[in-house]
Parts: sequence; C-alpha cells; structure tokens
Amino acid sequence: MKFAVLAFPGSNCEMDLYNAIKDIIKEDVELVSYKNDSLAGFDAVLIPGGFSYGDYLRSGAIARFSPIIPALQKFAKSGKPVLGICNGFQILTEAGLLPGSLQKNVSAKFICKDETLVVNNDHSIFSSEYQKGQLITLPIAHGDGNYYADQETLKDLVANDQIVFKYTNNPNGSVDNIAGIVNKQGNVLGMMPHPERAVEDILGSSDGKGVFQSIVKHIKSRGVIYE
Amino acid sequence: MNKVAEQTQTEATPEQIRDHKLYLSMGLTDHEYDLIKDDVLHRLPNYTEVGLFSGMWSEHCSYKNSKPVLKKFFTKGQHVVKGPGEGAGIIDIGDNQGVVFKAESHNHPSAVEPFQGATTGVGGILRDIFSMGARPIASLDSLRFSAPKTDSDKYFIQQIVAGISAYGNCIGVPTVGGDTAFDDAYEHNPLVNVMCVGLMDLDKIEVGAAAGVGNSIIYVGAKTGRDGINGASFASFQFDSEHESQRSAVQVGDPFTEKLVMEACLDVINNHSDALVGIQDMGAAGLVSSSAEMGSKAGGNGMVLDLDLVPQREVGMSAFELMLSESQERMLLCVKAGHEDEVLKVFADHGVDAVVIGHVTEGHQYQLRQHGEVVADVPVDSLASQAPVYHRESAVPEHLKDADPKQYQPQIVNPTETLKQMLDQLTIASKEDIYETYDTQVQTNTVVAPGSDAAVVRVRHHDKALAITTDVNGRYLYLNPRVGGQMAVAEAARNIVASGAVPLGITDCLNFGNPEKPDQFYELDQAVMGMSEACEKFEAPVISGNVSLNNEYDNVPIYPTPMVGMVGLIKGLEHVTTQDFKQAGDLVYVVGKTGDGFNGSQIQKMQTGKISGQLFDFDLDYELKIQQLITKATQANLLNSAHDISEGGLITAIAESTFGNQLGVSLSSSLSVNQFFSETQSRFLVSVPQANQAQFEQITGSQAELLGKVTADNHLFVQATDGYFDIDVDTAFNIWKGALQCRLK
Repeated sequence: MKFAVLAFPGSNCEMDLYNAIKDIIKEDVELVSYKNDSLAGFDAVLIPGGFSYGDYLRSGAIARFSPIIPALQKFAKSGKPVLGICNGFQILTEAGLLPGSLQKNVSAKFICKDETLVVNNDHSIFSSEYQKGQLITLPIAHGDGNYYADQETLKDLVANDQIVFKYTNNPNGSVDNIAGIVNKQGNVLGMMPHPERAVEDILGSSDGKGVFQSIVKHIKSRGVIYE
Repeated sequence: MNKVAEQTQTEATPEQIRDHKLYLSMGLTDHEYDLIKDDVLHRLPNYTEVGLFSGMWSEHCSYKNSKPVLKKFFTKGQHVVKGPGEGAGIIDIGDNQGVVFKAESHNHPSAVEPFQGATTGVGGILRDIFSMGARPIASLDSLRFSAPKTDSDKYFIQQIVAGISAYGNCIGVPTVGGDTAFDDAYEHNPLVNVMCVGLMDLDKIEVGAAAGVGNSIIYVGAKTGRDGINGASFASFQFDSEHESQRSAVQVGDPFTEKLVMEACLDVINNHSDALVGIQDMGAAGLVSSSAEMGSKAGGNGMVLDLDLVPQREVGMSAFELMLSESQERMLLCVKAGHEDEVLKVFADHGVDAVVIGHVTEGHQYQLRQHGEVVADVPVDSLASQAPVYHRESAVPEHLKDADPKQYQPQIVNPTETLKQMLDQLTIASKEDIYETYDTQVQTNTVVAPGSDAAVVRVRHHDKALAITTDVNGRYLYLNPRVGGQMAVAEAARNIVASGAVPLGITDCLNFGNPEKPDQFYELDQAVMGMSEACEKFEAPVISGNVSLNNEYDNVPIYPTPMVGMVGLIKGLEHVTTQDFKQAGDLVYVVGKTGDGFNGSQIQKMQTGKISGQLFDFDLDYELKIQQLITKATQANLLNSAHDISEGGLITAIAESTFGNQLGVSLSSSLSVNQFFSETQSRFLVSVPQANQAQFEQITGSQAELLGKVTADNHLFVQATDGYFDIDVDTAFNIWKGALQCRLK
C-alpha cells in the first residue's frame, strides 16, 4: 500500500510524516506537490503540519485553493483514508471536508509540549489500534488549535461518535476538549496533536504509531480500492 | 574612469558632503572619509558611494575595531573544514557529514522594535547556514534582559520571545535550547543572540564568491524596500535617551518567504551545483555587502550591477536606498554564464522571484548603474577588504583596580528559605514559559528538548547525535574578563560533557561596549584571550562568530557578555544523558572540589543587590580533568543523570535534578550551608545506579563525594555541616516553575 504526503508551500512537517511512514511504519510513501491534480495510485493521504502560505490570512485558508484540493475532495469522497495533522486539520476544515474551525489558542500564544489525550473512539479507521479510554501522550505544536463548532454540529459529532481524541488537560480552549475528529463517513480525520512526532521512544513517546498502524490495518483488511 | 553621475535632486552633492561633513551622520569618521577621498578614489565620493563605504566600513561588516582581537582566537583543529571568514564554519563529523554553525546578534534592532528585531535575527542566521549548503536543523537563543519592572519591560520581553517563536516555528527549524538571564546591566540594551546549526554533505560545500568574467549575478527572494536602510551602521552606533526613535533602521521579517527561499536555494545547491559559482546571504548592509564581498573573495575581477533590474517594493528608490536596504529574505548568487535559465527555473518552480541583475567583469571596479548612468564606481576590494583596522587603546577598568580579593560570605539564617528565594530568582527559575512557545520538535530529531544542560539532536539514520548549548555569565566577566571568558567556554563544555558528548567547537557573539573607550576595549581583548585559552584546552576551536559592540545606553556599557555557542558530538545514542534523577535508590555524587566561589555569584547579587570583589579562582587544567572523568563515566554508560553546577550552586543543581521526574533526595555532605550556594567551577552533580558504584568510584577516585541517594518520597533533604535544607519537591518546583510566569504577567 502507498501513502501520499501532500506538500504545500510553507508545509514543514511533510518530511517528518514521510520518515515516520517509511522508517517506522515501513510502508511505501511519496511526497505529492500541491500543484498536482491527481491522487491516483494512493491508498491514503496525509496532510502535514506547518504554515501553508505563511498562514498570514487564516490557517489553511489559502492552501485550500491549491490545484490538489479537488483531487483530495474526490479521494475523500471515494471513502479512502485522509488524515490532516495540525495545519492539515486546518486545511481540511477550510476545504469543507471536516466541520467546525480552528481558532487562536486562548492563551494567544503558540504552544509546544506533550499532551495527554484520551481515546474517545476506538473503532475509527484511525484509532482501531487503541482502546477506548486509553491515555496516550502526543506532542502539540500550534498557535491556532482551539477547535470550535456550534452547538448543533457538536451534538452531531457526539451522536455520530466523530470525536476520536480528547485532551485531558485542554491546552488551547477547544470546545468539549476536542483534539481530533472524523467526518460523518469516518474516513477523514483531523487532529491538532502530532502522532508523527511520537513514533520512537528516543523522541519521548511512540504512542502515535497506533494512528498509522490503524490506517494500514484498515486498508489491508479492506483490500485495495481502484478508482 | 567612467563619468560618475551627479545624484538625484534630494541627495547632497559630493561638495556638500565634504563641506558639511555629512558622512559623519552615516557613521564615517573624518579620517575614514579622507581615506576614501585621497587614497581610494582620488576624488570626492558621491552620496551613493559614501553610503556604500559607511555600510561596508561599519564595525558590523568590517570588524575594524575587533579584527586585531579576533586574530587571537584559537581556530585550528583536525576536524575543522572551514573556520571563521565564510558565512558559517564547518566541522567534519564523519560519514561525509559536516555540522555547520554560527551565531548572530540582533541586539540593536530588538531594542528598538522587539518583535521584528527578533524575527529578523532568526532569519539572518538561518540564511548564513543554508547559504553554505547546509539544512538548518536547530536554533538556540541566548537572551539577556533586565528583570521586568514595568509593563513596558514585560512587553519588550514578550515581544522578543514572540518574534523568535513566530519566525522559527513557521520556517520549521526547531528551537531546541538557549539560555536566558536577567540583570539590570541589560536595561535598555537587551541581548538577542541567535545560534543556528545545520547539517550538510561535505561534498556540497558552497562559498560566497563570484568569479569568472561574464558569469551572472542573480538576485533572489523578497523585493527590496525602504526597511533597515543602513542598518549595519545603525547597529554600530550606541543608544541614548536623546534618540528614542530609530525605527526605520529595523527590518521586517517574512518567514514564509524565507522558507521558500531556503528550499529553493538548497535545491540549486544540491541539484544544480555545476551551474552555481557562489551564493551569499544579503544580510547586514544588504546588496552592497553581499555583492562586494562576493566580488572581493573571488579575487581579480570586477562587477557591474544594473539597479533598474533589482526587484523593488517601492517606487523611486535611490541607488543609496537600494544598496543599503536590509530588506529580509534575499540572497545573491553567482551563476555560470549560459546556465542562468536553468537556475531561474528552479526558483520559479519554488515560487521565488529571481532575476539577473549584473555580471562579473574584467578589471577590479565595482560599478553600479541606474537609469542609464553610472552611479557608483569604486575598487571592489576597497569596500570589502580594505576597511581601516584600528588598534584600540586598552586600559584596566576602574572597577577592577583594587578589587577586594576576599570572597563574599552569604548571610543565611534559614537555609531552606534561602533556597526558596534562590529558586525564585529569574536567572535560576524555569524558562518553560519562554521555550513552550517555540516548536522544539519539528524535523523529529530532538532527543533532549530545552530544560536540560544541553539540547541533543540526533543525526537521522546514524547512531550519533549533536549536543548544543549557549552559555556565558556576564557577571563573571565584569569582575574578570579574562577568567570570565575562560569560564564561559568551560561552562558550555560542561553542559556538552554532561549530555554525554565531546566538544567539537564553538561559535560566539561578542557583546561589548564601545571599543573606543579603553576600558571597554580591555574587556573585549581580555575576554577573547580567556575564551581562546579555554577553547584550546578543550580542543574546541572557534569556527565562526559575530561581534556586537557599542552596547551602551547613556554611555553605560552592558556587562561584557561573549555568548558561547558550543556543539559536541555523541557517538552512540546510548550515551545521551540528561540532568533529571531517574530512579529512587540511585547514588548521588558531586564531582569536583567545592570552594568559596561567591564574588559574582547569584547569591551575592540576591543578598547585596550588586556584584563586587575579585572573581573567585579558576583552573583550566582542573576543569579539563573533571570533564574527562565525566566523559569516561558517560562513555561507560555508568550515569543515570549528570548536571553542570553553575548559577545558584550545588543546592540549586540538586533541586533542579529532582524536578523532572518528581523524585526526592536524602543527602548529607561535608560542605557548609554557604558552600551549597558557591559557584566554584569544574563541578557536576551526577546520579549513579548502585550496580555501577564500584566502577564509577574507580574512575573518579577522590574527586567525587558521595552525598546520598535519590528517594521516591518527593522530598528534598540535604544535611550540611552547619544546617540543613528540607523542603517538599512540589513546593520547590512550584516556586521555580512559577517565578517567570508571575513576573511577566
């Protein structure tokens, strides 16, 4: 199976994702430029963190007009896994692939530190390797990670079990302590914490491996989908 | 000679410049002006030309006051691939890999506009690293502030930190460490020093040279605007309360553009090296400095630039403004004739503006053309390598004459209360509030993040890592610049050694006062000699650096503060060691003898409000010996933790080592309560698993004193000969952790 890692101008975690998949998860992976207009041949798409277009407007607001986005929307619609991390999450909300939006942290500062998350949904294609209620440690590194959704959307998220990860010690003001959500279909996950930074004990935690292993397990058990 | 055009209507004529001595306000002296007029040009320089010289002959670009001193630096070493002189130095770390590092100061811009001053400091040093062909892998920041008293003080500190955070985080280079200290000596003149470390393949070294007649000069990156005009000579002035508004000399940073420029330049260097002759950052003194240095380094050629081709952000910019603007995120390349399109295409693919603005010529003249006329025509070497060199007068500062050799004796009634007070000192307290706003992990190689002695960044796909630290204690240098200079390097080396590494080399930022004052020059000269002695002792050559003079406010200089940035190599990731105690039952030792090191110490400052007397003794040979013992122990994997003992003394080191894993200690010692605050150098606090006791004691012999054990009960108890420290670790931790946060609110 093969992962695509999208790279926008200003992305800065694309190599971290690439290395995590190649060296640790040991699956095929390729960097895909924002200029491409096709994602044919890939089984899953990863959207990395960073500051696409400097995030001078709203985080992710410019990236979502990139040539690759229609292909991404089509890819997501076909039911294949799409994971957006940090700036990737922001791009997914801007592109309309996930509900809600990400605002400035309540502290108004960028925060980089390890956070303890609780796994709230252990049957998504991104979290099946974890147990519900399991505590995992993943780093966060963001200035705009304060997830917001209106009451109605929030009700939907809860009713459909779309909240996959929650903070145990909310660092940014996110509504309902939300750290990561999936879309209604369950194949698009956005999360602010960085699982790709937590795939080796020497870097402090390997709790993030489960996210990628869940995707691999899902694809391998389901079999390849051709376009 | 070509006809040199008269300048535009608003600019002074050559005669006016001479008659009204207008060059003085641009930073040139009478002597320097005469030199340009009589010895270099043999005619009156026009406004643009005076500008070129004022930028290039500023201290910032020419090192005219510090050159004789810098020659005293120890720069040799068998692993040094490139020493001082290029954008950054390079050291061979095996496997065809080189580590590249350098530090830059941005003190003056940060004092005027803290946010942008700090961002552009980060941006500038990054360009120095990637212009060598290296990918930046880590940044560190060494900051000096006065303790915040007013809201404006707090704002300044927060803005400087926010600037570093905004730029470093966006570009995707982890800020892995640094150091922050507080003293009123830095009021109105904060120090913002940024160090950057890069990694490269040694077969891809690039140099900043433009050779080969007909080769093209390519301008890359952001457009040129009216920001930071003549910033280099601004940085070489000193501040006073009469001139609070110097804002136009500060540049504005755009990290997104820098990221694109960086990726594009690394692409050209790695994949189009045949086309590339040289590459250089447009840093201080902007276009003139990068082009003149490139031309001069190539030797034997001239250069012509057509200023109409320079991408411009504003209309009607004069040649003076174009050449001396310090707009950020710009690079200059020299590309082989015929290969221009190949290189321009790479930049276009990365979304970066690039344009040919000139070429290398026969002869030795540096010529600028604008609107069809020659607007400057000077010998290329006269700008870059023929600035005058001054041998300044040196005199022992008043405060060092008749300094009292007797060491201060701390006044301690309740040791635990004094410890609490110590942990509340901003220089000692946790800096988490600062480093939490930096992305410390991007690139996923950070093995030891901020908070331990040195940061550790692994080299991916190799069983090795780099340890990196910045250090200097200006108070020690104020009391004895030479020994204080030795101590700055020694402390950096202790931090490197404590993390399990062996020192490779250093970079520096020499932050001093006005070199034209003999006592200030004395401090600079002595400090450099002291640093150099220590570098030689530890076999850690100086491979790059930066000089920031005139750090004065109303004629009062800062403490002499030569920031030392040291890099060490860890061969084998199993040797990585941190300062935190790891498990209950481990044995706690202090390695190295403790004396009465109180003059210049944190406790003297805390209890008397000042520092005074003769600095305590220091022995470089003993320092090396102790460091080698620790290295032996880390190489044999005998230690569970190692911590350099520095500001605040042994008791502070003990408390800090308990914080990481919420463990306690039960210790007793042959030292007095006072000595627990001594800042005697050449000491480490280590913890050793009981199974390693015999082997450890065999290595350290009489140099290690067994103090007791790490405990699981979250309580710190330390018995001294004449009293004891007794405190819950949580209580101590909360004071230490909350001090800075509380003072910045």
